[in-house]
Amino acid sequence: MDFSEDQLLRYSRHIILPEVGGKGQAKIANAKVFMIGAGGLGSPVGYYLAAAGVGTIAIVDNDTVEMSNLQRQIAHSVTTIGMPKVESAKRTFQALNPDVNIVDLKQRLSKDDILDLIRDYDIVIDGSDNFPTRYLVNDACVMAKKPLVSGAILRFEGQVTTIVPGEGPCYRCLFEEPPPPGLVPSCQEAGVLGVLPGVIGGLQATEVLKLILGKGELLKGELLIYNALKTTFRKVKIPKNPSCPVCGDNPTITELIDYNQGYCTMP
Amino acid sequence: MESITPDKSINIKGLVCPYTFVKAKLAIESMEVGQVLEILLDYEEASRSIPKSMEDHGQTVLKTEKINDTDWILIIRKDKD
Repeated sequence: MDFSEDQLLRYSRHIILPEVGGKGQAKIANAKVFMIGAGGLGSPVGYYLAAAGVGTIAIVDNDTVEMSNLQRQIAHSVTTIGMPKVESAKRTFQALNPDVNIVDLKQRLSKDDILDLIRDYDIVIDGSDNFPTRYLVNDACVMAKKPLVSGAILRFEGQVTTIVPGEGPCYRCLFEEPPPPGLVPSCQEAGVLGVLPGVIGGLQATEVLKLILGKGELLKGELLIYNALKTTFRKVKIPKNPSCPVCGDNPTITELIDYNQGYCTMP
Repeated sequence: MESITPDKSINIKGLVCPYTFVKAKLAIESMEVGQVLEILLDYEEASRSIPKSMEDHGQTVLKTEKINDTDWILIIRKDKD
């Protein structure tokens, strides 16, 4: 890849890293990632991946920017309140790095379109805020064999894991079914420390870059749990479940499912 | 000492750190293992930092020479891809 003088300057701190170099930076420039959610997690993930020069970033989100988002969703601002989040985020990321192609998709994902949408992308990033989407994305990534970097946050605690279908466990190996509606509070009900998605999203963006570069050790088969109040990081091993309903030896889930009943889907 | 014929030469006079090393590293990356790169530069700090960084990255510095009042020549052999 021939870098322009501006690109040499912009990516110089990457290029001088032995693990990246010009070749690694070219891999980053050629990568296509699909990001679900332009909220608390999607903001820092998209921000850092745009800064890193990831070639194409698709963002899917159906919401519009509200004042209550701005405590944590740093891609948005008072000037974009009322605008679709995907459009607000696109403006922010492109202002940071015009090299990056941002594909904005204002819609809710469903079982009917997710496989078509992710088909042309290398890596999927889950920054969604609800269980129906989380399970839909997991199952779609297992079926399409797409690496998935999954993050979740609530109150003062966040989780990250990287799912590599065929190599490690999936989300259903850990939690076979979504919890019943109402059992797990949403962050609208329970609150969330505004900086928490910055930590978790930063970790997700790091996993994405490692996947692109083929360097380091991924959070594969492991769930990293961050407690902001105690300032602790804990890694929990996730064994691959041979009887997992979607990635096990005899899967019972062979078609995607939309779990819609009774879940709060507010951001 | 027998003279070394470089496989590639770059002139990075006028550049300062870290772009001196960025240019040198991209040049090395584009070469084959065993080939030799010649670098002409006029930034004194880089005459020390480029050889150190190249060694850190697994390459071999064959020569560092101040050729006049302002310029240095570095000769680096690519040993690691």
